[in-house]
Amino acid sequence: MSENATSEEIIICQDVCKWFGEFQALKDCSLRVRAQEVVVIIGPSGSGKSTFIRCINRLEEHQAGDIIVDGIPLTRDVRNIEQIRSETGMVFQQFNLFPHLTVLENITLAPIQVRKMHKDEAHETAMALLNRVGIPEQADKHPGQLSGGQQQRVAIARSLAMSPKIMLFDEPTSALDPEMIKEVLDVMQELAETGMTMLVVTHEMGFAREVADRIVFMDAGEIMEVGTPEHFFTNAQHERTKLFLSQIL
Amino acid sequence: MTTAADTSLDRSVMPPSERRTLLGWMRRNLFSDLLNSALTVVAAAVVFLVALLLLRWALTTAQWGVIPANFNLIMRGQYPAEEAWRLWLALYLLGGVIGLMWRLISGKFSTAALIVFLIPLALREVPLFSWMTRFHLLVVAGAGAGAFYLGAYLPIQRSVRAAVYVLLGYLVVMLVILRGYSGDAGPMPTVTTILWGGLLLSLLLAFFGITLSFPLGVALALGRQSKLPAIRIISVTYIEFIRGVPLISLLFMGQVMLQLFLPDGFPLVDRVLRALVAIILFSAAYTAENVRGGLQSISRGQYEAAQALGLSTYRTTMHIILPQALRAVIPVLVGQFISLFKDTTLVALVGLFDLLGIARTITANPDWLGTQQEVFVVVALLFWIFSYTMSYASRRIEQRLGVGER
Repeated sequence: MSENATSEEIIICQDVCKWFGEFQALKDCSLRVRAQEVVVIIGPSGSGKSTFIRCINRLEEHQAGDIIVDGIPLTRDVRNIEQIRSETGMVFQQFNLFPHLTVLENITLAPIQVRKMHKDEAHETAMALLNRVGIPEQADKHPGQLSGGQQQRVAIARSLAMSPKIMLFDEPTSALDPEMIKEVLDVMQELAETGMTMLVVTHEMGFAREVADRIVFMDAGEIMEVGTPEHFFTNAQHERTKLFLSQIL
Repeated sequence: MTTAADTSLDRSVMPPSERRTLLGWMRRNLFSDLLNSALTVVAAAVVFLVALLLLRWALTTAQWGVIPANFNLIMRGQYPAEEAWRLWLALYLLGGVIGLMWRLISGKFSTAALIVFLIPLALREVPLFSWMTRFHLLVVAGAGAGAFYLGAYLPIQRSVRAAVYVLLGYLVVMLVILRGYSGDAGPMPTVTTILWGGLLLSLLLAFFGITLSFPLGVALALGRQSKLPAIRIISVTYIEFIRGVPLISLLFMGQVMLQLFLPDGFPLVDRVLRALVAIILFSAAYTAENVRGGLQSISRGQYEAAQALGLSTYRTTMHIILPQALRAVIPVLVGQFISLFKDTTLVALVGLFDLLGIARTITANPDWLGTQQEVFVVVALLFWIFSYTMSYASRRIEQRLGVGER
């Protein structure tokens, strides 16, 4: 457990609501995340976990409530959205690497185009990041030539290249073969230890127990229970939390 | 020294051996059972018969004299003979531009480059050509090779963008050379486009039709997906209107009706240009629909990943979406370009003398009555050569871009 969370609240969600047509996917979700904190969101499928973190960088638009990221209120204002997005990295379940670009180009594209970084500098940063996730030798390959675990590590490096303050992980290991899950979780754990603010949707209870500062349990679009891993795995309060944990553990 | 264990291991690693004899292949593929054998025999008989009749006609009945006698007409229509050097000049430059573009895009002298380089040299072997023509072809090949090697010393960075600029520059220069700039006299007197004809006109219409309709089509495809209703409605209306109208009606509209709509005293717009605009407008609508197919094949995850990285809509489109979408539709696009090339023959119906138009005037000439077959076979052959080249090139490009994809 990384206990280096500061008191500064970097993500503030207040009574966030979201509908898909008639269906209400998020019901008054409120959560405050402090800088350098690692928050893991768990819950049954369809409970709104992914929708919730996708609202934070506006991949989904919330219809009621407030979201404030690093002091910037998330509104329709495109400038605010772009600023929040460039400070927030996201890792997807399906990696979503750009298949027509090499690994190196995948990582350098956004720094060059958005941050206006010089090409050489972007290359250097990218290689440093590839070293950090342990696959510098794959730099010139295309994503299709890599294993799932390697692809996800490239995706993490791609997000980190924008030097984000916050990283969102949307079920990063769910599409991976079992033997590759660990290599991705190791990278994430190392990232947590460096003090990155992380919001992780996952089914990996081992990761949640070991790395999370807090765990959020969601069900049917509501945040049911928030607490430390210790609290969750020994002393869960809510009936549905207990039921979920009994099914998954 | 190999042990018994080693050899057995080797054997297990080898794939099962396959007999690659011609007879074996024939037995497996052509005579595998009774029905297959019967079909093989019938098909072989039909092919043999057709080839025999065709050859007999080509070698005995056909009067090939019509082709060399009208060779210049077929190649360049009424383009004046004393100005024909300008066509060669444009071809020299084309050779140079291709060589330079090759240097800028690929940078390597590959097998494909060698094939392209050998085309003008191979053409020199066509028995019909005069020694002058052969000399010109040699210069074209030399210009290509020279530009390729000298291109390495130019202070231009290798990039597709630079190559596109070179090409655009060439298009302008070529048009000036062909059309002339100095009025009735001077070094390059004007040759009005109505005199352009034959293969020259067909290739120019196809070339400009393709290069100009492509960006318009891509813009329309993107417009059709736009979030802004005005742009979307305009794009959809345009595409659906054009697709509902035959090309020939657009050509007629351009030739006959356009001038009626323009105010009195408005200068007469060049007829070839009017035909070209009709072709471009027509082709763009189809390009748009083909590109749309490619855009739809891009998964939502690609947009989301680009957004999450903070890329703007414009950058997402240019760097992430279009490269993948266009790659996915190369075969369809080339198919459409080939049909555009062949559709240019419709301009013959509105009184322009493209390859087909010229063929019709030749066969209507009393001196060459009864030579339709010969002339149209040659016209068909010319169309086939260019269409097949495009098709072959597209397959090569697909193979090259396919590496490491998905």
